[in-house]
Amino acid sequence: MIWETVRLSLLSVRRNVLRSFLTLLGIVIGVAAVIAMLTIGSGTTEKVKADISKLGSNLLVVRSGRPAGPGGPGGLDQVVRPLAQKDLAALVAHLSGARAISPASQKQVRVIFGTESLTSGVTGTDSAYLDARDWKLVSGRPFSDSETRSGTGVCLIGETVRQQFFGAGDPEGEIIRVNRTSCKIIGLLEPKGYTGFGQDQDNVVLMPLAAYQRRIAGNRDIESIYVAADDRTPTTELLPRVEDILRDTRRITPDREDDFSIRDMTQIADAMASATTTMTGMLGAVAGVSLLVGGIGIMNIMLVSVTERTREIGIRLAIGAHEKHILIQFLVEATVLSLLGGIIGILIGLALAGLASLTLAIPFAPSPAVILLAVGFSALIGMVFGFFPALRGARLDPIDALRHE
Amino acid sequence: MAAGATLITFDKVWKSYGQGEATVHALAGVDLAIRSGEFVAIMGPSGSGKSTAMNIIGCLDTPTAGTYSFMGIDAGRLDRNRRAMLRNLYVGFVFQGYNLLPRTTAVENVELPLIYRGVAARERHDLAMKALAEVGLVGREHHTPAELSGGQQQRVAIARAIVTRPTLLVADEPTGNLDTARTHEIMELLTRLNTELGLTIAMVTHEADVAAYAERTIRFLDGHVASDTVNLEMVSP
Ligand SMILES: Nc1ncnc2c1ncn2[C@@H]1O[C@H](COP(=O)(O)OP(=O)(O)O)[C@@H](O)[C@H]1O
Ligand SMILES: [Mg+2]
Repeated sequence: MIWETVRLSLLSVRRNVLRSFLTLLGIVIGVAAVIAMLTIGSGTTEKVKADISKLGSNLLVVRSGRPAGPGGPGGLDQVVRPLAQKDLAALVAHLSGARAISPASQKQVRVIFGTESLTSGVTGTDSAYLDARDWKLVSGRPFSDSETRSGTGVCLIGETVRQQFFGAGDPEGEIIRVNRTSCKIIGLLEPKGYTGFGQDQDNVVLMPLAAYQRRIAGNRDIESIYVAADDRTPTTELLPRVEDILRDTRRITPDREDDFSIRDMTQIADAMASATTTMTGMLGAVAGVSLLVGGIGIMNIMLVSVTERTREIGIRLAIGAHEKHILIQFLVEATVLSLLGGIIGILIGLALAGLASLTLAIPFAPSPAVILLAVGFSALIGMVFGFFPALRGARLDPIDALRHE
Repeated sequence: MAAGATLITFDKVWKSYGQGEATVHALAGVDLAIRSGEFVAIMGPSGSGKSTAMNIIGCLDTPTAGTYSFMGIDAGRLDRNRRAMLRNLYVGFVFQGYNLLPRTTAVENVELPLIYRGVAARERHDLAMKALAEVGLVGREHHTPAELSGGQQQRVAIARAIVTRPTLLVADEPTGNLDTARTHEIMELLTRLNTELGLTIAMVTHEADVAAYAERTIRFLDGHVASDTVNLEMVSP
């Protein structure tokens, strides 16, 4: 009997294709939104998590200038005293619990090879940088100590730079122009893709810090120092040690605040991840509201359907249908409709999420639990919102219903 | 039910609408009996209570006062669902406007009452095809109402009414929408069902030559039975 009713309701859905489709629209949009948002959301979360490990786990970044905080942006009250070689030297000499310590100064610079040019993030650093950031070379070799010290014109390039200048070819040994200087490519960095903010992490050129300072920055400053903690030392323990050493070398008296900031990348990444989760939740709520609207749409159309088919209900009642048969018929119909909308919505939502993952370079992370929930929820919406119209149909008087035009 | 036994009894049946001054008595104390196997024509001017009486006979409606008994059952005091069951088991309906489900094939329309009886799909289909053959619609089984003429649609409706092998057929102006030729075809079909299947038929009509197919004519006037006569000049098919 139930199966019969399902078959009947499918027939009636088929007979009213256009109206069925319009009925579905609300549910389709709602479910598609939920699926797309939650899928994109969890993709973003995954991306952020991946970014955490790309930032280099357990990484501290020291910069000059007071940390931004409730007192306003740092360093506005006086001239910022930059980080210098002796700060780096002090950390290297005295800091325990660090796996790698490396300086870095960076600038967007025009890089040229032959007739091609590209604006890249050029970083001056030393050979410990790869270790600190957990970056690897696909081919070639890192800077030697003597190259770092003397500031030889050598560089490592990212995948984007290679593709721009050499296609799939081997870049090693080629000379590229960086600003007004030139450097010889000695290695190729492993591709890392985009960050969660859409920044291309492969559009980079690394060169020895001394070379960068002399030929590009034109000063002896160090913008930042990367300190990677070793496996046994949590960054929360390492951070005060770094602070102590730097206050010492920079001769900051106890009554004065730091004139540098130390950022714990792990914590930043965690905050980003939790912000993403909150966002996902909020978007989910918005999508939930649109599902509710879809449900009300179903109720509306089912009421229309019951009214339009009053005569049909009259016929069915006259030839022996019980109230429950009519009730079940319209309930099943609403549920089947809603479920159909849910399934279409899921497919559209997944397609949208797939598209988003392509354009935003985030992983495509569909969740079976979310999909199952959407299926169950759309069926439930059909039942809940279909109940009142179905009951109204079932309670009709057969004589009145038969007289209905 | 044995032919000749009393199938339907109206005992001082009243059906009233509205209240106080505005009360309309569609039926005002009707006494009436129809035996099993009878073919009865019900006539009378518009508003005289024919349809009201037919609805009560078909267990679609209940009297305001008095007793309606159907097959010895006090059908006027049964609840909705029990009356639905009675209709499904013992009553077939034919209406003036055919009342087929639109965009639904003839065979699916005829299967409908069997669905509510819980008959399996296969058997349902076979029974429906057989009923369609009985009303002379072989080859039209998969046409929808829109693809059938008025006469053919009424045949589908008759097939739907008889597919359950009911005891009683209730027909409210079954030929009201048909031309003369089609009217006589339908009447011949009903007469044949009456004689061959022993189907009891209660039929409302305005036309004397349609009523002439029945063996008895009951005339209504203002909610009363004005006359109840045996047809001497019955049309024999
Ligand atoms: N649902 C109703 N509400 C009010 N009055 C009704 C209703 N049904 C029938 N009537 C009245 O009852 C009387 C008999 O109606 P009906 O049985 O349909 O007559 P007939 O079929 O003989 O034309 C008419 O006066 C009609 O207006
Ligand atoms: Mg009438």
